[in-house]
Amino acid sequence: MIRTSGPRRRAPRTGVDWFLTFLRVAALTVIAVGLLAFIWQEIDTDNPFARWANPNATGLTGAQFRGLIVSGVAQGCMYGLIALGYSMVYGVLGFINFAHGEVFMVGAMTGMITSNKLADAGLWESNFIGSLVFIVIVSMIVCTLTAVIMERVAYRPLRGSPRLIPLITSIGVSFFIQNASIVLLGPAAKAYPDVPDWVKDQHTFMQIEGARILVVVVAAVSMFVLWYLVEHTKGGKAMRAVAEDAEIAALMGIDVNRTIVKVFAVGGAMAGLAGILWGILFRSVIHTTGFLPGIKAFSAAVVGGIGHLGGAMAGGISIGVAESVGPLLILEPLGVSGVSQLRDAVAFAVLIGVLLLRPAGIFGERLPAEDRT
Amino acid sequence: MSADGAAASTPLLEMRTVNAHYGAVHALRDVDLSIYEGDLVCLLGGNASGKSTTLKTLLGMLKPTSGEVVLDGEVVNDKPTSYRVARGVTMVPENRRLFKRLSVRENLELGAYLRSDTGAIAADLERIFELFPRVKERLSQKAGTLSGGEQQMVAMGRALMAKPRVLLMDEPSMGLAPALVQQNFELIQQIHEAGLTVFMVEQNANMALSIADRGWVLQTGRVVLDDTAENLLAHPDLRASYLGQADT
Repeated sequence: MIRTSGPRRRAPRTGVDWFLTFLRVAALTVIAVGLLAFIWQEIDTDNPFARWANPNATGLTGAQFRGLIVSGVAQGCMYGLIALGYSMVYGVLGFINFAHGEVFMVGAMTGMITSNKLADAGLWESNFIGSLVFIVIVSMIVCTLTAVIMERVAYRPLRGSPRLIPLITSIGVSFFIQNASIVLLGPAAKAYPDVPDWVKDQHTFMQIEGARILVVVVAAVSMFVLWYLVEHTKGGKAMRAVAEDAEIAALMGIDVNRTIVKVFAVGGAMAGLAGILWGILFRSVIHTTGFLPGIKAFSAAVVGGIGHLGGAMAGGISIGVAESVGPLLILEPLGVSGVSQLRDAVAFAVLIGVLLLRPAGIFGERLPAEDRT
Repeated sequence: MSADGAAASTPLLEMRTVNAHYGAVHALRDVDLSIYEGDLVCLLGGNASGKSTTLKTLLGMLKPTSGEVVLDGEVVNDKPTSYRVARGVTMVPENRRLFKRLSVRENLELGAYLRSDTGAIAADLERIFELFPRVKERLSQKAGTLSGGEQQMVAMGRALMAKPRVLLMDEPSMGLAPALVQQNFELIQQIHEAGLTVFMVEQNANMALSIADRGWVLQTGRVVLDDTAENLLAHPDLRASYLGQADT
């Protein structure tokens, strides 16, 4: 590595720089004050600092705090699974596929239909695990197909056009899938069948709902499988090669189009899996289900460092935990009212904060753009 | 075809009166080239003379508008790049273009992407380590962290891993320090002596002709000279055009 030593030359600071610095300091101050107030409450619920700004602040007990963390992690794992699709497609094609959230919705819908069919047949109750595996497989297949068809019909004809064009197309695709869902299944919210008690109930093991443990375990396993596929198989190596330089990858004999299809397929399968987990956890799905989780998963991908697999998962968990814990932990002691409505604001504040402090994301890396000699 | 005579008379890679366009730009005009087994030949020309277009056409990244690209006696105009790579045409791209985020080992393995003969791949990897001991030391490093000279070695290694019959080199002197350019051309010569057919595309005419047997000079998409290296070096037009004077 050749690095120019000696002091770094500083560019003159502009108003924008000062504004950004101010934002950073302000964000860090808010977090610090909120955290301090919270910690103080844990030690002494009657301390004046906790009520310094908000006389009605209640404080959190340790168990509540743990509960929030756990639900945040489970939520974050789902964001992470969806984020993988955003991140991988961006890595290979360089555009954000905004319709990816709808693939997730398609997964949740498929799961709803299949699980209700299974419940009608009585299999859902008698063999829950078997049924779950079945709906996961069906949903992953449907979502893979959705993503692959999407690539073939909407994006491949636009290959080679400026990035903005597939980006806008993806918004169109997103509306198309949402409206197709209304046409096929109606505009009302639809419910998953009731799940067994062991999934719903809190367990003696740290009083965590079974469903949340299930989500975390499934997400961890699928993440590991995906990591193995991408890092240690020939197809994964081809994906990474295409992501870095498609022209040279073609020169190695890699079929670039086929690799891109594989990337869409893998992203779709992960979104399908996330859709089922969502269904098990919230047991209700509607045609707009994909929108907010989709946008948050996109934020997660950016927060983690877009194009980076581990980053997508880390970003997802960061956003999930932040939006779960943040409102009560930081905003309430500061005297903000109606904090539990502000989870989305917290999630996107994390996105903005990370972009201000570390524009490449948590795991984003920058290699020198041009060749060194 | 059976006898040696036949092998010598059929070029390994050939362009027959090829024309190519980028939109409205006529990039190649009736270009004829033939590369024979065992050749070390070069294509010379200045900026925008059509050198890179020639390579792209040979590799199938650009389709000729007329004429034929012939690989080993077969017209491959409509065949994709992967087909040609599998049949022994490999390129070391300009500025090396390694996969910088991938490790050196992965870069080399990608060179052998289309091969499935695991044993032979391992043997070729060993051969590359013999040729470039430095590469072996850096195997697990990301390719982007290597120095320019080391990257050049990996780029050559990656191309050799495809087990090419003809190696196309795009501007091997580009973006390298003068000492490394010298080393690079020695390397090309070494690889050629080991039995590989090499087709270089270069701006640095003196350097290229010092090791090549034969060469073509391309000007605005047309082959203006086609001769042996000695004759080209002595040719007044070539000297004139490389002194920066306009052509006649």
